[in-house]
Amino acid sequence: MEKKLYTVIIYSENIVGVLNQVTSEFTRRQINIETLNVSSSSIENVHRYTMSVWSDEETIGKVVKRLEKKIDVLRANYYTEDEIFLQEVALYKISTPRLLSNKQISKIIRHNNARVIEINSTYTVVEQTGKTETIMKLYKEFASEQCVLQFVKSGHIAVTRDVIEHLTEQLYVFDEDAKRRMI
Amino acid sequence: MNELITGAEALMRSLMNEGVDTIFGYPGGSIMPVFDTLFDHREDFRQVLVRHEQGATHAAQGYARSSGKVGVCIVTSGPGATNTLTGISDAMLDSTPIVVIAGQVASSVLGTDAFQEIDLVGVTQPISKWCYQIRRAEDIAWAVARAFYIARTGRPGPVVLDFTKNAQVSRVAYEPETASCVRSYVPYPKPDKDAIRNAAELISRAQRPFALVGQGVELGKAHEELKAFLEKGNIPAGRTLLGLSALPSDHPLSVGMLGMHGNLSCNMNTNQCDVLIAIGMRFSDRVTGDLTRYAKQAKVIHLDVDRAEIDKCVKADIPVIGDCKETLPLLTEYIEEGNHKEWIDSFAEYDAIEYEKVIDKALNTKEGPLKMGEVARRVSEATGNSAVLVTDVGHNQMMSCRYFKFTQPHSVLTSGGLGTMGYGLPAAVGATIAVPHRTVCVFMGDGGFQMNIQELGTIMEQRLPVKMILLNNSYLGNVRQWQEMFFDHRYSFTPMQNPDYNMIAQAYGIPSRLVKERSELDGAIHEMLDTPGAFLLHVVVEKEENVMPMVPPGMSITEMVLE
Repeated sequence: MEKKLYTVIIYSENIVGVLNQVTSEFTRRQINIETLNVSSSSIENVHRYTMSVWSDEETIGKVVKRLEKKIDVLRANYYTEDEIFLQEVALYKISTPRLLSNKQISKIIRHNNARVIEINSTYTVVEQTGKTETIMKLYKEFASEQCVLQFVKSGHIAVTRDVIEHLTEQLYVFDEDAKRRMI
Repeated sequence: MNELITGAEALMRSLMNEGVDTIFGYPGGSIMPVFDTLFDHREDFRQVLVRHEQGATHAAQGYARSSGKVGVCIVTSGPGATNTLTGISDAMLDSTPIVVIAGQVASSVLGTDAFQEIDLVGVTQPISKWCYQIRRAEDIAWAVARAFYIARTGRPGPVVLDFTKNAQVSRVAYEPETASCVRSYVPYPKPDKDAIRNAAELISRAQRPFALVGQGVELGKAHEELKAFLEKGNIPAGRTLLGLSALPSDHPLSVGMLGMHGNLSCNMNTNQCDVLIAIGMRFSDRVTGDLTRYAKQAKVIHLDVDRAEIDKCVKADIPVIGDCKETLPLLTEYIEEGNHKEWIDSFAEYDAIEYEKVIDKALNTKEGPLKMGEVARRVSEATGNSAVLVTDVGHNQMMSCRYFKFTQPHSVLTSGGLGTMGYGLPAAVGATIAVPHRTVCVFMGDGGFQMNIQELGTIMEQRLPVKMILLNNSYLGNVRQWQEMFFDHRYSFTPMQNPDYNMIAQAYGIPSRLVKERSELDGAIHEMLDTPGAFLLHVVVEKEENVMPMVPPGMSITEMVLE
């Protein structure tokens, strides 16, 4: 089956060890995780995982079902690129002496609409957000001027194009149920 | 303000709150405060000292599977905990509700390679339904309530509680807790009425419907609902290994066992039916054989409480997700009364072939060494087909499951998914405690018996009436059969020199009998059943008997080898 880059979005309880449970499901099938982002979500005490993996639809469908089966996982879904808005952020630490001596470097920053967030006498930190291609393009241009001291980019973060927020609804129903039981 | 009690005492009260009556345990350094507290609760729990922690988990499994309640074991950290891993994995694959409580070093020294410290949560995450480390006495009531709720609901499974020593000894004001929901966990998905209507329509129109009955029916206690469904639709049903007692063996619609060593009729007709109705079964590769040639002609309806089972191995045309105790009656309501006499009779044609080529020889041979099948059938008949069958793994398992008959639910305890040799003896320990009113017969080979033979000590000490049938062929029989068939008769690591098992039984004060001749068999079986308490029936059987029929590995279920 055709392999595609899938984005898996998982919501879980904020409990120690969930990341391990999530990654082990991929390890078991020898699926490499290309990018991973874990952070708090808009819902209190709920964590959100955004992962990108190369897989075929049948396999990723089975993995995601098993992820959702984990007790502490609230919801897991997978998406192709056209079903989500997807961004990355990158930081480029470049040499200030080179920036000053090579006019091409500041042109690159302007042409790519990148943002300078720190300048001191030894280094300058530049920030870029966008798709992987945008970020890598800027990196290559800096690299060709031999000014890069450090480079880092985040994993994908993504929001879905869905109109309904299923999880919020699910938790709302749950809380209403819980309240009723308490009465 | 409530009185302050220790964490260990809070554990006791939490266990009592869950209705626990039996604990299978083995003490050690990191769990000593709990065992010290157990000393004050000798009236509240039956306390069973096993002889190895693996035995504790299998005993808890046997207890759970025969009674439908949650089995409990308590062990120490480090090696005590790692010894439970096989049992936890077994319970995970076979959906058995057990709670394993293991000691852990104090929170202050976690991660320092303290004596007998292992990362139990890290190790058990992939093989348990849920695991949790209790680091504060305040969390005990919550964690225990949640553990039991998760273990027994939905698709049941093993839960591990890793209990740090500081949480056992610190004091807490205990308030009992009960878990009735976990917001991230949906144990019983609501049945989809449309799916049920569609499934019912498909079944009503079917000419050759075939039901595959699995352990889900036993776990969902849906035995009567299953019968009503099959009888209204007039649908023949094959059973999986773990679903053997979900439907009585002699029910007119019960057509046999599925899978590698199942019945010819069930396997052949799986590839002849037009609608396949899987009920609480997971299409294990031991059932399906080559998936690319499995029931391709049929529309598949899959009833399961676990959404992750749908489309995992066999694509379902109509998934019916939910508890089969709920979904089966809905299906029964919507289906039309069926009449499939001709189709049902087609099973009998295959049965006649299998009887002539296999069963007759297994049961009715008059001369030569005893055969496993005849021993299993005679034992079954001698108990009025009402005993609980516990098996080990291998030939003893396949032969006893093929030839034992079942009249009551919860009557087959066997290691299906993990195929754990050594499961039988401790599982029988658990079963005799859980269902003391029933006769418990455990069939073992000479290999598996020796894998947890130390549990004879538990049987002796607890005076448990385990009826042990040792089928001794001086080989690791199942592997030997594969070596004979697929590895050119090269018997690597399979012949075994055996000890005198009757002397071993004697050493434990357990009466026994050695049977080598056919003429002695019935008398010996009755002696076993009439003798109060435990008994070892040591039967020397044919050395190189093969389990037949067989779907060779990787082959289609229609390519069953008969001899």
